[in-house]
Amino acid sequence: MQLYEYTAHELRSLLRSGEVSAAETARALLERIAGTDPQLNAYITVLGDAALEQAGEADRMLKAGDGGALCGVPVGIKDNICIRGVRTTCASRMLENFFPPYDANAIELLRAQGSVFLGKCNMDEFAMGSSTETSYFGTVRNPHDLSRVPGGSSGGSAAAVAAGSAVVAIGSDTGGSIRQPASLCGVVGMKPTYGMVSRYGLIAFASSLDQIGPLARSVRDCAMVLDAIVKGDSRDTTSIMDAQDGFEARLNIDMKGKRVGLPREYFAQGVDEEVRDAVLEAAKTFESMGAVCEECSLPLAEYALVAYYLVSSAEASSNLARYDGVRYGYRAHGAKDHEEMFVRSRSEGFGREVKRRIMLGAYVLSAGYYDAYYKKAQQVRTLIMRDYAALFNKYDFLLTPASPTTAWKEGARIDDPLRMYAADMCTVPVNIAGLPALVLPCGRGEGGLPIGMQIIGPARSDALVLGAGYAYEQAAGGGALRPVDVGGGQG
Amino acid sequence: MKYETVIGMEIHVELSTQTKMFCGCANAFGAGENTLCCPVCAGLPGTLPVINAAAVDYCIMAGLATNCEITRHSLMDRKNYHYPDLTKGFQTSQLYYPLCRNGYVDIETESGVKRIGIREIHMEEDAGKLVHPDGQSCSRVDYNRAGVPLIEIVTQPDMRSAEEGRVFLETLRNILLCIGISDCKMQEGSLRCDVNISVRPEGSEELGTRTETKNLNSFRSAGRAIEYEAARQVDVIEGGGRVVQQTLRYDDATGTTSALRSKEDSHDYRYFPEPDLMPIVVDEDWIARIRERLPELPETKRIRYERELGIPGRDARMLSSSRRLSAIFETAMAAGAAPRAAANWLIGDLMRMLKDRLLDTEEIGFSGEDLAALIALIDKGTISSTAGRQVLEGMLDTGKPPSKLVEELGLTQISDADALGEIVKQIVRDNPKPAADYRAGKKKAMAFFTGQAMKRTKGKANPVLLQELFAKELKK
Repeated sequence: MQLYEYTAHELRSLLRSGEVSAAETARALLERIAGTDPQLNAYITVLGDAALEQAGEADRMLKAGDGGALCGVPVGIKDNICIRGVRTTCASRMLENFFPPYDANAIELLRAQGSVFLGKCNMDEFAMGSSTETSYFGTVRNPHDLSRVPGGSSGGSAAAVAAGSAVVAIGSDTGGSIRQPASLCGVVGMKPTYGMVSRYGLIAFASSLDQIGPLARSVRDCAMVLDAIVKGDSRDTTSIMDAQDGFEARLNIDMKGKRVGLPREYFAQGVDEEVRDAVLEAAKTFESMGAVCEECSLPLAEYALVAYYLVSSAEASSNLARYDGVRYGYRAHGAKDHEEMFVRSRSEGFGREVKRRIMLGAYVLSAGYYDAYYKKAQQVRTLIMRDYAALFNKYDFLLTPASPTTAWKEGARIDDPLRMYAADMCTVPVNIAGLPALVLPCGRGEGGLPIGMQIIGPARSDALVLGAGYAYEQAAGGGALRPVDVGGGQG
Repeated sequence: MKYETVIGMEIHVELSTQTKMFCGCANAFGAGENTLCCPVCAGLPGTLPVINAAAVDYCIMAGLATNCEITRHSLMDRKNYHYPDLTKGFQTSQLYYPLCRNGYVDIETESGVKRIGIREIHMEEDAGKLVHPDGQSCSRVDYNRAGVPLIEIVTQPDMRSAEEGRVFLETLRNILLCIGISDCKMQEGSLRCDVNISVRPEGSEELGTRTETKNLNSFRSAGRAIEYEAARQVDVIEGGGRVVQQTLRYDDATGTTSALRSKEDSHDYRYFPEPDLMPIVVDEDWIARIRERLPELPETKRIRYERELGIPGRDARMLSSSRRLSAIFETAMAAGAAPRAAANWLIGDLMRMLKDRLLDTEEIGFSGEDLAALIALIDKGTISSTAGRQVLEGMLDTGKPPSKLVEELGLTQISDADALGEIVKQIVRDNPKPAADYRAGKKKAMAFFTGQAMKRTKGKANPVLLQELFAKELKK
């Protein structure tokens, strides 16, 4: 087996026993990137020398017995998470040359572990998209079928993990941006409870929905990453200060007697039959472990998508107002005055989808429309939270598809925003309610394309959600996912 | 037709917290350009605000000192607009749930005491500053001020004259200085005032169309701007025109206002609750803690001065209104000065001297101990009260202690009966007519004699001793 094929927990044993060094692991991953990225385009920036330097430090830490569980483990970082001194673009022309002078909180914590940063992963521009086609740096391709999209917005992170050009990756999830590409690329992805991971250093899309989380090739790896990055942070006032880690240690949860709800709205129209069947099959696996599965209803789910696009666009229109060309980022030259400079810098610096969201957001916040749109959407949000709370009185967790379809052909939806937005129907209600949700593969559809299922738990039940995923993973075959042979079948 | 002016104000006050509103940068005036900035106040992507609890404390203090209700569940909002001095493309402010509401401040003018309503006090952050270097075609931006905590105090339209406006501003400033939340320097911009002015026929209930006047950099210019703008509006109406709702800029040099922008191009700020900050929940304990920290307010002081120290009403109000004046007054008493004597010096002579010098009470350099020492020198007869005035002037101008000034100015009173006796004899001898008058019962003539003696001794003679000596001499 090649070094790049190991999962993080396998690598941890090899690194600790001294069978492999962090340096050779890093070199193996950098080679894998060099071999696959010309086709995948999963990385915007590859950190060659810097990664090797970090690996050297990791080897010193390993020798001294220091470092965390992820010491020496190569990680891909979504390009909207700041690393000090490393170009952080958000896949936008606007930030093409932005070098943050500080580390995101999650990066600080990974550094403390001794993990190795391979590079900055490609994404939809400012995380706005479901296919990674809106990136200024070109589309990412799905390793399972290079003619198809990897999902988005963390498409680069998901593709890299699937292809073995990262062992694990860090993404961000505003409306499904970790889970939907995880599903389309056949990997495991988790959006923790809102507030579990500090947003400090995550370049904001929609503040009340954004959450950082892991992508990996096993549930255990996800738990390991979460153990590293979950920590109360006083720099983010929405951070849960008493957040508990220890997820890996709590993975073994007996499914016997667990009550599992299957909200029918998630299996309704728009969801492909092969997806529905695969998830219902997974429900049977849970039943075989002693869980009780039952159809239930989340009646307001159909409004979640609309509420999501109103709230997220409103917040985005304000969060992205700082990109004016004055202090950093793209600046149009030759403007007569500052107003012209603003207008031209923003017109030239942002892509179409970003501008569409800014306009939508500015519209819903404008005088006379605020009550009808923004305020109403927030009210819907409260009602959806209540709906979920009621369901969690009856069920331990919910089981749903992660995406209504498998990966689609590149270009098939890019000119049809509404159809593109519908791709998020399974994932956005979770962000709206701030809940934890795990996505993991549960079968294959036509053309061998991966199908993902989603496990949703009540707020702060992240350990339970991971435990349920782990139980399924064991029951469904146990073995870790191996990287895809790019352009072909499973390697 | 007679018109009535209706005035409301919006006053921005920079809080003198140690650090900025949402980050740990120092909150200071006058540092080198862009030296008091960090990723948070520079609005770098990915940074998040954390509210400065001291700023919330200060705002609550302002609310309590102006009799406001404190909002128990308050939120910050984003006010969205673009300007190069704004680092995030929005200002974090409060629209929907301001921290303080429904208060009032009592003011006293020539026509008596009047209550001015405070509609709300909310928190917000300041922006940076544009710098236009001479002879260059570029502008620079200094972000040192970006993120400095501000409160905005919004009054009800309760003022009716420039005088009321000016006195309100002074009273408010005195309260803010007393509770110590700002240095309130209009010139440095730590207190900025926008005035909303409208006029209406006297007796009318309806409000006229208002204009907002900005760029007022002193209380005096606020008063003058109100007078000018009210007169301009009356002229417009009398001339058959209509007042246009607009924002005006006051020019202190010409004493006139000019249009800055009209209502048509007013912004839509697209306010919405700041998602990066949690609601500010103020419980009873928090309010109780602040109430405890609150110093004695000018109004409470005034009542105490009147009732317990027997200071006459107007004097008590003047003394209590100024933080500096009342501090001097109280330390002078602690150093042994009689309340009435201390008050008389501060209100009578000192006020006149300040006025002559265009000084503010805040600029008084001497201490209460110095004042007590001055009063003691007079009580002991070392100097006369006439000389005392000279000493007070010296204290104000040079800050030197009274004993030193007495020495330097050669003001020590002549209390030597032998030395004065000669002068007294001589004056009585040289002025037989007044001496005869006095002896005939015209006691008023005494003033003439002491006056003569003062003239000869250049004011240094002890007046009590003089009277004694003259009385004795004239009996002969």
